[in-house]
Amino acid sequence: MPSFVLRRLGSLLVTLLLLSVIVFGITQLLPGNVAQMILGPYVTEETQAALEQRLGLDEPVWRQYLTWLGGFVSGDWGESLRLSQEIRPILLLRLQNSAYLALSSLLGVAVFGIGLGVIAGMRRNRPADHLISIFAFLGISIPAFVSGSLLIIVFAGGVWEMFPGSGYKPPSEDFTGWLTRLILPTITLMLLLLAYVIRMTRSSIIEVLSANYVRTARLKGAPERVVVLHHALRNALLPTVTVIAMNIGWILGSVVIVEEIFAYPGVGSLILFSVNNRDLPLLQATVMLVGVVTGVANLAADLAYVYLNPRIRYR
Amino acid sequence: MSELTVPTPDANRSPTRPVITSETGDQRGPTGRPFGGRFRRLGEDILRTPSALVGLAIVGIFLVLAAVGPYVAPHSATEMVITDKFARPSLEHPFGTDAFGRDVFSRIIVGARLSFLLAATATLFSIVLGTPLGLIAGYSRGWIDEVLMRLTDALLALPSIVLALVIVTTLGSSLINVILAVGIVYAPRIARVVRSGTLALRDEEFVQAARARGESGRYIIFSEILPNTVAPLIVEASIRMGFAILLATSLSFLGLGASPPAPDWGLMINEARLHLFRAPWLTIFPSIAIALTIVGFNLLGDGIRDILDPRRVWAERKSEGV
Repeated sequence: MPSFVLRRLGSLLVTLLLLSVIVFGITQLLPGNVAQMILGPYVTEETQAALEQRLGLDEPVWRQYLTWLGGFVSGDWGESLRLSQEIRPILLLRLQNSAYLALSSLLGVAVFGIGLGVIAGMRRNRPADHLISIFAFLGISIPAFVSGSLLIIVFAGGVWEMFPGSGYKPPSEDFTGWLTRLILPTITLMLLLLAYVIRMTRSSIIEVLSANYVRTARLKGAPERVVVLHHALRNALLPTVTVIAMNIGWILGSVVIVEEIFAYPGVGSLILFSVNNRDLPLLQATVMLVGVVTGVANLAADLAYVYLNPRIRYR
Repeated sequence: MSELTVPTPDANRSPTRPVITSETGDQRGPTGRPFGGRFRRLGEDILRTPSALVGLAIVGIFLVLAAVGPYVAPHSATEMVITDKFARPSLEHPFGTDAFGRDVFSRIIVGARLSFLLAATATLFSIVLGTPLGLIAGYSRGWIDEVLMRLTDALLALPSIVLALVIVTTLGSSLINVILAVGIVYAPRIARVVRSGTLALRDEEFVQAARARGESGRYIIFSEILPNTVAPLIVEASIRMGFAILLATSLSFLGLGASPPAPDWGLMINEARLHLFRAPWLTIFPSIAIALTIVGFNLLGDGIRDILDPRRVWAERKSEGV
C-alpha cells in the first residue's frame, strides 16, 4: 500500500510538472509583451526596458519558467496586472467561494443522485425507472449555460421570483442572502452530475439485489425496506462514492460557465476575467491551481477507493 | 491514469475487437462477417434500437438543416428590422424576433450549418491529431509511450473548458481558433482510444506476420493496425460530436467564438442575456435547439457504441467539464 501511494503521488507530481510547462508555454505564446501591457502604448523604450528588467522579462525563457515555477510552489503567485494586487489573497478567496458552490452541489448530487438511483434500481424497467433515465440523460446533454439561463427565467423573475438570479453575499454578513444566491447555481451544477450518480447507483443496486445475501435476507422474511436500505444500499454505495469523489475536479471546470451565468465570484469567473483582460500572471496561477486541485481530488478518490474496498488489488 | 482495477466504466478503454486480415487483404470481423457487412449490420441495428433511432432522426433533421438551412429560412438571419424588434412568437415569426428585429426561427435554422461545421471540423481535427499519437504510443511502447501518455495526462488534468479557454485566449478569439482549441482538447482522448486499440492489436497474428515479412514499422502501423481501429474511432467520433457542439457553443456563449451578427447558437444565448425576462423566447428557442442536437448525437453515439461493443456500458462522461 505505501509504495502504491508513493507511486501515485509521483505520477501526480510528474503530471503537474508537465502541466506547468504547458501552461507556461501556452501563455508565453500570447501576443504582446507584458511590460507593454502594463505601461500602455505611449511609452519610451527606456521605461519599457527598465520595467522588463524589473520583471525579469529580459532573462532567457527557461529561467523565467523556473522563477515562475519556484514562485508558484512556494506560494508566491505574483501580482495581477489588471488588479494591481497580490494574486494569492484574491485567488484563495475565490477558491473558497467556488468551494461553497462545489460542496453544496456535491451534497445535492449525493442525496438526490443516490435517492433517484435507488428508486430506479428497485423499479427496474418500470415507468419510474424510464422517467428517471430520461431525466438523467437530459441533464447530461444540456449545457450548463442553457440550463442555467432557463433556471433564471423560471425561478428568478420570469415566471416566479423565488431566488435572486445573480451575485454573491458573504455568509458572515448575510447568511440568507448567501444561501438563496447559492441555490440556482448549485442546481445547475447538480444537473450535470446527477446522471452519473443515478446510473451508477441504479446499476449497483440491480447487481446487489440479485446477490445471494440479499436473497437470504428476503427469504428470512425481512421487509423489503430493510433489505434495500440495510443490506443492498450499503454495498451499492461504494462505486457511487467513488464517482462522486472523482468528479470534484470536474465540477471545478463546470463552475467557469455556471459562475459566469450567475455572476458568482469564484475561481471560474476569475479565469474568465484574466482571459478577457489578458492578465497573464493571474491566468497562469489560476489555471495551475485548478490543475492541482483536480489532480489531488482524483488521487484522493483513487486512494479512498482502495481504502474502502480491500478486495481491489493494486499493481 | 489510474492503476487500479476500478470496475467503473472507463472512457479510455477502447472497445477493441481484433479484426483479422487475411493475406489477401480481405478483412473479416470477429464473427467472420466481411468488414462491409459489419457496417451494414450497424445500420440495421440502429433501426432496431428505439433510442438510437430517435438520435438518428434528430441528427438527420439537424444535418438536413445544416445542408439547406439558408435556402429554406423564411427570413434573413442577419437583416435588422428595427420596427419589428422583440416581437413575440407569432405566425409570422414562430420563435419571435430579437433586439434588432431579426427572426429567431431563421437564425436557428441558418445557424445549424455553423454548429455542424464547427463540431465536424473540430472532431475531425482531434482525430487527425490524436490518431497518429495513439498509434505511435501504442505500437512503440517504451519511453515514447510513457512520454506521450504523461503528456495526455497533463492535458486531461485540466477541465476541457479551461484548457479550451486558455488556447483560444492565446490564439485570439475566432471561429478557426475555436475549432483548433476543441480539436486540441479532445485529441488526447482520441489518442488514448487509439493507443489501447493498438496495444491490443500489436501482438495479433496478422501483425506478427507482417513483422516477420520484414515490413517497416510505418507500414505496419498505417496499413495493418490503423484500419482495425476504425470501429472504436467511429464510436468515439460519434460521441465526440455532441461534446464538440457543447464545448464550441459554450465558448461562443463566453464570447470567445463567432462574432456578431453570426447566427451562432451559443452567441444567440449570450446576446439574449440582456433580455432574459423581457424576451425569454430569445433564450428558450436556441436552448432547445442546442439541447436537442446534443441529445440526438448522444443517443446515436450511445446506440452505436452499444451495438459495436455490447460489453461497454454507459460511458462515463466525467472530465468533460462543460
